[in-house]
Amino acid sequence: MDESGAKEHVDRGEFPGHRTASGVLAEFETPADLVRAAVRVREAGYRRWDAHTPFPIHGLDRAMGIKDTALGWIVLGGGIFGCLLGLWMQWWTNAVDYPFIISGKPLWSLPANIPIIFELTILFSALSAFFGMLILNGLPKHHHWAFSEDRFSRVTSDRYFISIEASDSNFDIEESRALLESAGSVGAKVVWEREHEDKLGSDNDGD
Amino acid sequence: MSVEAFNVTSDDPTRRAPLVLGDHDFESITDTVCGVVEKPKPPVAWYIAFTISSLFALLFFVLLAYLFGVGIGVWGVQNPVGWGFAIVNFVFWVGIGHAGTLISAILFLFRQKWRTGINRAAEAMTIFAVICALIFPAIHIGRWWMPYYMIPYPNQMGMWPNFRSPLLWDVFAVGTYFTVSLVFWYMGMIPDLASLRDRAQTRTRQVIYGILAVGWRGSQRHWHRYERAYLLLAALATPLVLSVHSVVSMDFAVSILPGWHTTIFPPYFVAGAIFSGFAMVATLLIPARQWFGLKDFITLRHLENMAKIILATGSIVGYAYSVEFFMAWYSGSAIEQFTFLNRSLGPYMWAYWIMVFCNVVVPQAFWIKRIRCNVWLMWCLCILVNVGMWFERFVIVVSSLANDFLPSSWDYYTPTFVDLGMLAGSFGIFFSLFLLFCRYLPMIAIAEVKRTMPQADPHYHSAAIGVED
Repeated sequence: MDESGAKEHVDRGEFPGHRTASGVLAEFETPADLVRAAVRVREAGYRRWDAHTPFPIHGLDRAMGIKDTALGWIVLGGGIFGCLLGLWMQWWTNAVDYPFIISGKPLWSLPANIPIIFELTILFSALSAFFGMLILNGLPKHHHWAFSEDRFSRVTSDRYFISIEASDSNFDIEESRALLESAGSVGAKVVWEREHEDKLGSDNDGD
Repeated sequence: MSVEAFNVTSDDPTRRAPLVLGDHDFESITDTVCGVVEKPKPPVAWYIAFTISSLFALLFFVLLAYLFGVGIGVWGVQNPVGWGFAIVNFVFWVGIGHAGTLISAILFLFRQKWRTGINRAAEAMTIFAVICALIFPAIHIGRWWMPYYMIPYPNQMGMWPNFRSPLLWDVFAVGTYFTVSLVFWYMGMIPDLASLRDRAQTRTRQVIYGILAVGWRGSQRHWHRYERAYLLLAALATPLVLSVHSVVSMDFAVSILPGWHTTIFPPYFVAGAIFSGFAMVATLLIPARQWFGLKDFITLRHLENMAKIILATGSIVGYAYSVEFFMAWYSGSAIEQFTFLNRSLGPYMWAYWIMVFCNVVVPQAFWIKRIRCNVWLMWCLCILVNVGMWFERFVIVVSSLANDFLPSSWDYYTPTFVDLGMLAGSFGIFFSLFLLFCRYLPMIAIAEVKRTMPQADPHYHSAAIGVED
């Protein structure tokens, strides 16, 4: 299966004008259609594919077989770092490097240092949640081939899409498109890599 | 319209009140919310409001230049009242911000779906309120060119800030609060900025919203991590928001001044912050929903819920006022007892009773459903609450300082026109920023609202085949 899949890459060459496919993009009208199709695509053994929706859809993660994210661990790491940073910073600056003698109190007294330790814990956890999410998602991203398709601009309004990347080992232009069409898509299209002229002309979305 | 909407959102125990009225589908939600931003011109009311608010903002900057040129002697601060309007305004504005985080984080954790209609605007309000708040301590330090002294950085003097000072805790608490609120707000906006990008008709909009949307393509794999990040941020912002005004209250509570040195301050400040913040959210959203045609999303039900929260937190604040008096009596300390009698019957009694009227008496009107559902009456009451909460900070700051341990140093604090102008000017900055937000960014969390609709459930269509579309 894998070998025949790998061979399909050769097929790209037979299209005139040196066009190569970026992938197949299929449109769906309802969340229910999308979830059903997602199950089909996953069962067909694709790995480099995605669903695109205007809002997160309940149950789609499971239908697609998305594994749980490691983001929580990243945030935990950020939080521990912030906590230790707050602890170390206050201890080293106020008790070691520049001892503050105030009202005869001990140089290092933890209760007075809790607020800043707490704030730095939250700060670093929150920043790692945000930047961790972006990095794991590969964002910011300048362009994605799906944006080349005009209809795709509705993905942020009321339409649902499934994209299968041409780099998937199972990818076959006709088969992949047929699969998506039979899975209830209202329109499955091959998206081609754009010519050089196009790239120079404009590289914005949906153009 | 309002009577109709009222009927739709009224309490019917057999079903949940709909969160979105007016038979919207996903596309019409996008159209309505993005339409506010995409219209060639905003409503006339926007121009009027923006002209007034930006003039006040201008006044602020003129007075700021005057203050920088002459020094803080142009304020009414003196000995013993060293903390005048600047600190009052700081505490007031930080408090205003709290409702935004409460709505976005705490109500999210409690799965209060009605928050989706108002969370974006409330979060924006938080950011702008914290901006207003941060200006005041920065200029109150006197040597306004040296606020960087508060940042721990290695310097040629070999000195470090004193981390055991509540004033430095403030720097970290409010700084963290601003950063986290900004991140939370922006992250929540990414999918909606992508909507604006995809609908953009001009190159400028395409580029600007395109950059802001960071290439968002609604990928479910992205949504998965995005939702987790959102949940984690909500879980982090919840203790954060409770800590911020607690830390602000410690600026007072950690001192030894009578009237400030009490353990009730942290919870009392947090309740007051949420109280004033919700009043400000209502003050902003009642006109905004009218002007921008968003009544289907910010329904009477939303406003009624806010009125209930204002009632609850207002009652907590009223309770805190009475506990303060009880504790002053119970402490047996003559000076503490004097402070509270002086607060309510002394030279600042006018301020004290304005505060009690606005914060304790006024919100009690929200027990009555007809008042909760009368939008413009609610708006007026919310403005009174804002006034009351500003006076609360005035009473706390000024009355304790003016009459402390040593009667020979007592004095009466009178603000100057610079104080008053900067207070008015800070409102100008706040409203200008909010009006710009309404004009250029999605005021309603489009993706979140869609998600709460019944059509968003994948089982919806299979259950009702033939009915939909």
